[in-house]
Amino acid sequence: MSTFWSLWIIGLTLTNLILVFWVLMANRKVAVKDDEAPENRTTGHVYDGIEEYDNPLPRWWFKMFIATFIFAAAYLVIYPGLGSFKGIAGWTSHNQLEAKQQKAEELYAEQFGKYNAMPIEELARNSDAMKMGLRLFANNCAVCHGADGGGNYGFPNLTDHDWLYGGEPATIKQTITGGRKGVMPAWAAILGEEGIHSTTEYVLSLSGREHDAELAQAGKKHFEQNCVACHSADGKGIQAMGAPNLTDDIWLYGGEPQDIRQTLRDGRNGVMPAQQELLKESRIHLLAAYVYSLSLPLDEQ
Amino acid sequence: MSSNLTAVGDHPTYDYKVVRQFAVMTIVWGIVGMGVGVLIAAQLCWPALNDLVQPYTHFGRLRPLHTNAVIFAFGGCALMGTSFYVVQRTCQAKLWGGWLVPFTFWGWQLVIVLAAITLPLGLTSAKEYAELEWPIDILITLVWVSYALVFFGTIVKRKTSHIYVANWFYGGFILTIAVLHVVNSAAIPVSLFKSYSAYAGAADAMVQWWYGHNAVGFFLTAGFLGMMYYFVPKQAGRPVYSYQLSIVHFWALISIYIWAGAHHLHYSALPDWAQSLGMVMSLILLAPSWGGMINGIMTLSGAWHKLRTDPTLRFLVVSLSFYGMSTFEGPMMSIKTVNALSHNTDWTIGHVHSGALGWVAMISIGAVYHLLPILFGRKEMYSVKWVNVHFWLATIGTVLYIAAMWVNGIMQGLMWRAFNSDGTLTYSFIEAVQASHNGYVVRFIGGVFFLSGMLLMAYNTYRTAQAPREVASDNSPQAQAV
Repeated sequence: MSTFWSLWIIGLTLTNLILVFWVLMANRKVAVKDDEAPENRTTGHVYDGIEEYDNPLPRWWFKMFIATFIFAAAYLVIYPGLGSFKGIAGWTSHNQLEAKQQKAEELYAEQFGKYNAMPIEELARNSDAMKMGLRLFANNCAVCHGADGGGNYGFPNLTDHDWLYGGEPATIKQTITGGRKGVMPAWAAILGEEGIHSTTEYVLSLSGREHDAELAQAGKKHFEQNCVACHSADGKGIQAMGAPNLTDDIWLYGGEPQDIRQTLRDGRNGVMPAQQELLKESRIHLLAAYVYSLSLPLDEQ
Repeated sequence: MSSNLTAVGDHPTYDYKVVRQFAVMTIVWGIVGMGVGVLIAAQLCWPALNDLVQPYTHFGRLRPLHTNAVIFAFGGCALMGTSFYVVQRTCQAKLWGGWLVPFTFWGWQLVIVLAAITLPLGLTSAKEYAELEWPIDILITLVWVSYALVFFGTIVKRKTSHIYVANWFYGGFILTIAVLHVVNSAAIPVSLFKSYSAYAGAADAMVQWWYGHNAVGFFLTAGFLGMMYYFVPKQAGRPVYSYQLSIVHFWALISIYIWAGAHHLHYSALPDWAQSLGMVMSLILLAPSWGGMINGIMTLSGAWHKLRTDPTLRFLVVSLSFYGMSTFEGPMMSIKTVNALSHNTDWTIGHVHSGALGWVAMISIGAVYHLLPILFGRKEMYSVKWVNVHFWLATIGTVLYIAAMWVNGIMQGLMWRAFNSDGTLTYSFIEAVQASHNGYVVRFIGGVFFLSGMLLMAYNTYRTAQAPREVASDNSPQAQAV
């Protein structure tokens, strides 16, 4: 903040407070004892039948007012408030946050630290660790993936052994750490409405859903021209690029004909946000183990 | 007694038509605004109610409709109507301004109707309590200037030598709201229904809450204190407790309030100094705020027995109690450590409603009950008993509402900050939402109580207006003789 603006703030603040203080003190001369009741003294003004007593300020109220002034003066000396004056305590919201974070880090480092070295497969079978994992999941992941990890429309189910990017511990950890962007381009302009319809029938045929065989035959051509690069020739997808398997009848955005047509027409943009900055390594390690554990046989969970 | 300041033989006829129009619309918009409030309270209990007519009945679109309707439609009509009444009677002058008077009324109604259309359509500038898009903002400015001209024009024409304290507060409210509205609504239009704020980032947030908190400070406090300073002594038939106190708390209130908005942005990107200053000024505000409560309640000393028989006076006095309570709560919540618990919880909603229902609505209802018989030429309301029933419905409704929100708010704050021994959060967000359900149901019931009181008021008003006139409409200064 420049010196001018600092002085501007200090000037306005103090002028306002001093003026209010002056108004208070200037009207204090009648502030004698509360029990002195000048019941018959009015100001002499009458407005539509309303008169005004010339009663003094209530003493307790006057004192309370003064007390808030004293508090304000002390606070503005100790803490930042008057322009660029830092306050004698040297407090800033940034160093308050840092101090608290540091304290928390020291307090909890041990708790998480002991799991850092443990392999994910082992952690997933450690019930104490998984209790912490569950809480981390509930607070950070459940909003999209559901409290049970069962997913939602547009948010993958984490319990069904069907992985967009792969279900190995290291891959799961990478997904959480760096996030993912699942982009399906829009095909309306290239395929046309007719092409969208026929390709949809072909995609339906891949997972054995009810479809129009004749249209599907026409759609196959479009598929081979446009889709195989990501979804591969057999429609099983490519995990390395997160292109879904179209043959397993598991659908992120719905498997009804109208859903698939919409996906083809407008494309899809799935985003898994990166957690690296937010959760840091040790928590991500636990979370990855928890997500991994969701796919374990029930008796091992 | 007649005023010693009145020129003998000078008795203008007051303009009561516009006061009557505003008084009736206060009740109508009160029912509409509170009705929408009850609906969105129900949506928070039973989310399926969002789907009545999607997307128009979605909570996100109806919530600003509720706030605009109760603050600016209900509260605005109450303020404009009572200020036009009070300024005439305490200045002993007919309203100045000619066609500006009906323009103020009809212009304001047009603003409200446009708000009721555009907000459910999703047209919004996304600034809280200033959601209306720029063409409506311009209309508001025009109407407000006209309102100010009529009000101050009448003050200039006054026959009394001094200006009564109620008019200081009304005047302060009118001037400051004009400045707040113009500065905060400054925007760059990109089309008829879309604009972008003239400010960016933390500066935009600061301007928004400078406006937002002073909408509370001037619209919902200073304006209604003006109302209080006329209707409480008038209804009680007692002199105002202390002229000294009114001077001190008026100047302190209007100058300190302007600084307090930053307490809405504690622990945000706002610079530390601005946050501290916002907190300090909010704490200093306690005494000036309470000055108004003391002056109102102490005015009743020697007339407490009237509370037993006069439900209108009950509305006025209980509103002052809620005012005192919420203006104590406000400075406490502005303290950073308290705010760290209360911020973003239902506690804030409860605090706002102890002011909005307990103070603003109750004092308006009391003032309107005072006005209606006068405006319709009757000795009293069609049923004074119903006024009493309304008083209890409103009081119970308010208490249910704010108690539920205290419990919810503090519970949410504590749940959000609860840690396990391993440093993970004890509760996920949704668990705090689930735990709030009971409180939401109680809040909904409180809202139904309050709304049903308004419906009773509407029917009582209808019967009062229908009844034959008993007394000549009291619109000459002579009739002030008590």
